[in-house]
Amino acid sequence: MSGHASTYQPKTGFERWLDKRLPLPRMMYDQFVGFPVPRNLNYFWTFGGILTLCLGAQILTGIVLAMHYTPHVDLAFNSVEHIMRDVNYGWMIRYLHTNGASMFFIAVYIHIFRGLYYGSYKEPREVLWILGVIIFLLMMATAFMGYVLPWGQMSFWGATVITNLFSALPLVGESIVTWLWGGFAVDNPTLNRFFSLHFLLPFMIAGVVALHLWALHVTGQNNPTGVEVKQNSDVVPFTPYATVKDGFAMVVFLILFFWFVFFNPNYLGHPDNYIPANPLVTPAHIVPEWYFLPFYAILRAIPDKLGGVLAMFGSIAVLFLLPWLDTSKVRSARYRPLYRQFFWIFAVVCVILGYLGSKPPEGLYVVAGRICTVYYFMHFFVILPLLGFVEKTKPLPMSITESVLGAGGMGGSGTPAGATAMPERKG
Amino acid sequence: MVETMSAHSGTTRRDFIYLATGAAAAVGGAGAVWPFIAQMNPDASTLALASVEVNIASVKQGQMITVLWRGKPVFIRRRTEAEIKAATDAKLADLSDPETDQKRVQKPEWLILIGVCTHLGCVPLGYQGAYNGWFCPCHGSLYDTSGRVRKGPAQKNLEVPAYTFASDSLVRIG
Repeated sequence: MSGHASTYQPKTGFERWLDKRLPLPRMMYDQFVGFPVPRNLNYFWTFGGILTLCLGAQILTGIVLAMHYTPHVDLAFNSVEHIMRDVNYGWMIRYLHTNGASMFFIAVYIHIFRGLYYGSYKEPREVLWILGVIIFLLMMATAFMGYVLPWGQMSFWGATVITNLFSALPLVGESIVTWLWGGFAVDNPTLNRFFSLHFLLPFMIAGVVALHLWALHVTGQNNPTGVEVKQNSDVVPFTPYATVKDGFAMVVFLILFFWFVFFNPNYLGHPDNYIPANPLVTPAHIVPEWYFLPFYAILRAIPDKLGGVLAMFGSIAVLFLLPWLDTSKVRSARYRPLYRQFFWIFAVVCVILGYLGSKPPEGLYVVAGRICTVYYFMHFFVILPLLGFVEKTKPLPMSITESVLGAGGMGGSGTPAGATAMPERKG
Repeated sequence: MVETMSAHSGTTRRDFIYLATGAAAAVGGAGAVWPFIAQMNPDASTLALASVEVNIASVKQGQMITVLWRGKPVFIRRRTEAEIKAATDAKLADLSDPETDQKRVQKPEWLILIGVCTHLGCVPLGYQGAYNGWFCPCHGSLYDTSGRVRKGPAQKNLEVPAYTFASDSLVRIG
C-alpha cells in the first residue's frame, strides 16, 4: 500500500518551490488525503484516530496542569486542590485529564479487541501489532505514575504496591525497589521522579505512535473481511471517506467523554484519593484504577509472590507472541466460526477478571480469579494454536469489493469516484 | 591515502583510529551512564535519617504503638503472656518462613517489627486475623503474635529492624 503512487499535485508556486526542497506537504497529502483505505471499514476502525485525539488532549491538558502543580510530598495534594478551586478553569482541565486517561483506556481496549477479532496482528502486520503492545505498556506506565501525582491515599499505596512488585525478583529485587524509590519507602524522591517521567512518557508514546502509523501505512489497514486489498475498487481515498467517518466517531466519543467530565467526573476514580497520603495507614481496600483491574486480579490469583508478578507481566507479554501463537491462516473471525465463539468467551473472561480485581481477595473471588487466570493463558497457549488445525473456516470472498457488492456487483457502478484515479482492473 | 593502504597490506592507520575511538566511546559511554543510574539511589540526606529514639514507658501490656522510621512504620508491641505463649508454642513445621520467637525479640515482652507487609508493602492491621497478630488488608496475608507469616500471599516474616534498648523505657531504632 505504501507503494501507491503519489497523487499530490502542488497547486501554488510556493508549494512547488517547497516540494523540491522539503516535500512535507506531499507526504502529508499522500498519507492522510490520498491514502487508500479499504472501502468496508466499520466504526471499530475509527479508534486509531480517537486514540490520537486522546493522546493530544492528554498532552495539552497535562502541560497546563504541570504549570500549576507542585511535585513535593508536602505540597502536591494541596496544589491539586488549588487547581480545582483557584486556577481559572482548573477544575475542568483536571477533570478532562483524569477522565481523559480513562477514556484513553476505553478506546485502547476497543482498539485491541478489534485487532483480536479481525486478526489484525497476523502476517504481514506483526510489527504493527508489537508496536501497539509497546504503546499499551507505555500507556500503563504513564497512567500509573500520573495517578501517584495527586498524593492521595490511593496514590501513595498504589505506588507502594506496584513498585514492590519488583521486590519479587530474586537477589536484585530489594536493591531495584530502593533504586526506584530513591529511599527506603515511597517518599519525596519517588514523587519527584514520577512527575518527571510522567511528563516524558507521553512524548515517547507519540514517537512510538509515529512508528505504529508508519508500519500501518506500509502494510495497509486490515479490514472486516481480513482479505487483502487486491484492486482499486477495494479502496477509497482517506479523505474524505475515512476523515469524515473518524471525525463523526470522535464527536460521538467526545459526547461520552464530556458526560463524565461535566456530569460524573469522579465516577471512575476512587474517593480514598481525596484523603492526603499517609504512610502509616493503608486503606481498607487498595484497588488500582479500573483499567488495571484484570491484571490486578491475575496478580492476586497466584498464591506465590514471584509467580503472581510473573503471571501479571506475562498476561501482557503474551500479546507480543500472539502473531505466532495463532496458527490460523484466516484473519477475520467473520470466517472462523469456532474462533468467534472463543473470542467472546475470552472477552467475557477479561471482564470477569476486571470485576474480580475490584473485589477483596477472599473466598470465592480467589477461586474464580484462578479459574479465569488459567483460562486467560489457555486461550493463548492452547486454544489459539490448536484452532488453526481443527477449525473448518468459511469460504473467504474473492475480494473486498465482492464482500460489499456481492459476486454480481463487481461492475464499476458501485465504485466511488475517488478510487478511480487509475484505470480499473477487474477481478 | 592510496599509498598508505597499499603499503600496509590492508591494515591502515584509519583502522587503528577506528578501533581506538570505538573502544574509548564504549568505555566512556558506559562510564557516563553510571552517574545517571546512581542518582536515583537514596541520597545523602535520606541516608542521614538513620535512627529514631522512642520512649516506651507509657505502652501497657496488650498495646501497640507505631512510629515512623526511614519513612516506614515500625510496630512496637508490648505482648501479653498469652501472646508470648502463642508465639513460642507454634511449631516450626507449621511456618512457611521458620524462625523461633526467641530469635525475633530481645526482650520477650517487646516485639519490634517493621510494619510493612512482606508481600507488596502495605501496612498490616494489628490484633486482627486468626492468629491475633496482623492482617494485611491488601491481599490477605496473616501474621502471628511474633510477626511470622501464617498465610500467604506473603512468604516472609515481618522484618525485625536493628534496635537497642538504651534503657528500660527508651528504645533506639536503627
